[in-house]
Amino acid sequence: MAITRDEVLHVARLARLELRDDEVERFTEQLSAILEAVAKVSELDLTGVEPTAHPLDLLNVWAEDVPRPCLPQGDALANAPDHEAGFFKVPPI
Amino acid sequence: MIDTLRLTAEEAMGLLERREVSAAELHRAYLDAIGERDSELHAYLRTVEEPEGKGVPIAFKDLISTRGVETTAGSKILSGYLPVYDATVATRCKAAGMSLLGKTNMDEFAMGSSTENSAFGPTRNPWDLERVPGGSSGGSAAAVAAGLAPWALGSDTGGSVKQPASLCGIVGLRPTYGTVSRYGIVAFASSLDQIGPMTKTVRDNALLYRILAGRDPEDTTTVELPNPVEIPEREDLKGIRVGVPRELNEAEGIEPGVKEIAQRTIELCRELGAEVGETSLPRSVDYGLACYYLIAPSEASSNLARYDGVRYGLRVNGSNVREMYDRTRDAGFGDEPKRRIMLGTYALSAGYYEAYYGQAQKVRTVIADEHAAAFENFDVLVSPTSPTVAFKLGEKAENPLAMYLSDVLTIPSNIAGLPGLSIPCGLSDGLPVGFQLIGPQFSENTLFHVGHALERAIGFDFVPGRLK
Amino acid sequence: MNWEPVIGLEIHIHLKTRTKMFCRCEVAYFEPENTRTCPVCLAYPGSLPVPNATAVEWTIKLGLALDCEIAEHAVFHRKNYFYPDNPKGYQISQYDEPLCVNGRLALPGPDGDAEIGIVRAHLEEDAAKNVHVGGAEGRIGGATATLVDFNRAGTPLVEIVTQPDLRSADQARRFLQLLRQTVVELGISDAEMQKGSLRFDVNVSVRPEGSDELRTRTELKNLNSFAFAAKAIQREVERQVAVYGSGGEVVQETLHFDPGAESAPPLRSKEEAQDYRYFPEPDLVPLEPPRELVGRILEGLPESPATRIRRLAAGLDHDLAEDLVTSGRDRLYERVPGDRRAVANVLMNQFAAAGVDPEAANPEELGRLIEARSRIPREKLTEALAASGDPGFSAEQYLGDGLVADTAELEPIVERIIEANPGQVEAYRGGKEGLLGFFVGQVMKETQGKADPRVVNELLRQKLS
Repeated sequence: MAITRDEVLHVARLARLELRDDEVERFTEQLSAILEAVAKVSELDLTGVEPTAHPLDLLNVWAEDVPRPCLPQGDALANAPDHEAGFFKVPPI
Repeated sequence: MIDTLRLTAEEAMGLLERREVSAAELHRAYLDAIGERDSELHAYLRTVEEPEGKGVPIAFKDLISTRGVETTAGSKILSGYLPVYDATVATRCKAAGMSLLGKTNMDEFAMGSSTENSAFGPTRNPWDLERVPGGSSGGSAAAVAAGLAPWALGSDTGGSVKQPASLCGIVGLRPTYGTVSRYGIVAFASSLDQIGPMTKTVRDNALLYRILAGRDPEDTTTVELPNPVEIPEREDLKGIRVGVPRELNEAEGIEPGVKEIAQRTIELCRELGAEVGETSLPRSVDYGLACYYLIAPSEASSNLARYDGVRYGLRVNGSNVREMYDRTRDAGFGDEPKRRIMLGTYALSAGYYEAYYGQAQKVRTVIADEHAAAFENFDVLVSPTSPTVAFKLGEKAENPLAMYLSDVLTIPSNIAGLPGLSIPCGLSDGLPVGFQLIGPQFSENTLFHVGHALERAIGFDFVPGRLK
Repeated sequence: MNWEPVIGLEIHIHLKTRTKMFCRCEVAYFEPENTRTCPVCLAYPGSLPVPNATAVEWTIKLGLALDCEIAEHAVFHRKNYFYPDNPKGYQISQYDEPLCVNGRLALPGPDGDAEIGIVRAHLEEDAAKNVHVGGAEGRIGGATATLVDFNRAGTPLVEIVTQPDLRSADQARRFLQLLRQTVVELGISDAEMQKGSLRFDVNVSVRPEGSDELRTRTELKNLNSFAFAAKAIQREVERQVAVYGSGGEVVQETLHFDPGAESAPPLRSKEEAQDYRYFPEPDLVPLEPPRELVGRILEGLPESPATRIRRLAAGLDHDLAEDLVTSGRDRLYERVPGDRRAVANVLMNQFAAAGVDPEAANPEELGRLIEARSRIPREKLTEALAASGDPGFSAEQYLGDGLVADTAELEPIVERIIEANPGQVEAYRGGKEGLLGFFVGQVMKETQGKADPRVVNELLRQKLS
């Protein structure tokens, strides 16, 4: 197995995904197969090769520090599943 | 009577200009067609009744933010989400007078090659209702092919514009990375995502690309086009050097019917005056899929972290925030996003970064270099777009790896940030075959030229057989 | 066995740019919740970051003031974690290619400078603000809900990390003061703790004096003032020494202090190592600050507080020199003429108490006041100092050689003059009002010009009528 059940549970935890038991089983199998396939990249000896983070060679793109209108509070909260007195509301930490 | 099955966007523009038809009538004609045919296709997730512009209407893949119009990215986790702003591409289309026909179906978060991963049910291929339209922009492709929109926008990360265009017999462009803004596009993989025009003809495609392309200050990864977009006229290929990368054209899994038609099309290039030669991309095809399926899920695992039930979208409650996150994301995401999120999280995690994500970024350099080397001798590289014609619904749905292989031919050039145009070049067993034209960065004009010349010579009828 | 503290600081300062780090929402404090937001800082689907040019420039400025190397190639990274105040589910920050590295801040001291190493200074965005409701006021434990305000989300933040070069709680306090001073004088931040534009965490460990080992450290978070931090650090140092002294081991812990209750013991937690899965931000391109820009900023740097302290300390007690600089009164000090110690003392005591803006005070006039301070009654000096910032202030009226306006003092003199000049008195009373001037002149002669003419006038009119 390229990835163990425990490792799947670990990444699910990191990614805040609550998996059911049968899901863990199925995903472990599928992820194992996929990981084996993608691990192919390590076949290549790429010492000395620079990684490419961006397809274009852009540098220093920024904007002047000039304000633009903000959203009205109503728009900010428009899609909020729960809100109170102008705040977004969530269960306690 | 407007024949939406045949009408190209360019023709529609002509009708409007000559006042033979009004924008409202045009919009109505498409809504009527949708009413007639979309119940069996399910290309659209929702339509917009009121025409807003004076121009040719357009359909948008449902990951394009449209202010006040529900935008779900094909996912339950965004069901009911109403953006408070427009994506830049939407703004540019609006400014050009186009009115929104509706939002089209897609694989959830653009993750898929068949549109079967939509949380709202699959879309069917207008050429054969038992088959997939391709993905992830399957809805847009089906809409254009079935005359339910004169043109549409899709998005392409691993081939999600090119492949469905190929399977539905229409034209799809994946632009040079950085030439079309991603502002307002629900993100999947930031260094790969691009919005692409999906149209009936190459000229339509160029017309739409011209409206979309160019630097956007809201997206710092965009650039100005070095040259203006040219609407293609020439119908010959004299002076064009066409390269045939053996790895792309002989990859495992290419159906014999597809291969044959692709080869015929390569021959046609010669007849039209192109210089055709063989070339090689030694490692790009071999390692492309693995590279892509490390980079894309890694970026996606991070891009999808904002779907947490706090500020918008689905929320499933919990006794504390942690529970809310876990339950919301479990209920809101389908299997494919979950798989990719976990894969990406793993590839970025402590101890694995160098071997997986880090290494994949180096493979990316190798792929870019190999393409650049090929382009020293050729103006355009060609291959089939998809190894197969449209496959049956359900055929690959249970096998993620098999599904991933649908992208084996579109992925390598995407990784290098290069543009690719897919044009329909024939039928195999009655189903469309797509021909992929790949060019160096900013070579869209060349791709349009070659595509248009081939299109005129081939004379492919883009109206699906069963709808004629 | 003698132990020495090993203290390092991690400081966050808000840059006082007009707009946020990655969007152009106006930065504002104390505004109604969620009124300073946009799709970007709310992390709506499809939003993208656009860096604030001024924030980049000011980070370079700070780096240069801290003697750092400015990176030739810097990159933004994503720091991935889930928390309600972190809308994207990742913070855009910097990881292994920050803007500024390898600097130092010289902390002048009575026995010379202590050089405190700066590991790095990098640019990132601040989180939103969580308010815990339902439980004990403001605390996490027992809360029934969390309310989130995104106004602060996206504010530009510079994170400064020091080497563990600080050797006492007091030195840490003085370092913080000097750093704050430096940052404020650069004009890039208010660096006010109450406003939240300066925050810091402290790492504390101890080791046998003279050794160079680094033992387990504890982290102190949520300290709300420099003075309180010094106390808390001292207490922690003593605790650790006691632990080692009794043969125990210091355990890695985080101490969360309560900003609202200084005396409450901190909550202790063992923080799990977080896997932030850093990777280069794909939505942002790298920064390569042009050397010409860096050069220009370097040239425009004002003289640092540390340099000024050193300069003043050449002619003054070190602590006084440091106080003058950190309280913002040293420039005034340099312009006020007179005995250096006297001027320094008055500025730091009575002048400070008067609450006058050092920029508004007239240095020459202040100098005169200070020189005459032993001859001026206390209340008069206080009054004079309070007025020293008023436009057109003159010390003249407050000086010991000032006009005598005391009627008790002047009355006898006026009466004497009246008695000595009966003829003129009769003439004045007869209608020659111009003779008032004669009497005034006589009083002035008698008092050698020190009488207040208005008071003399008043007294004469009274007595002559």
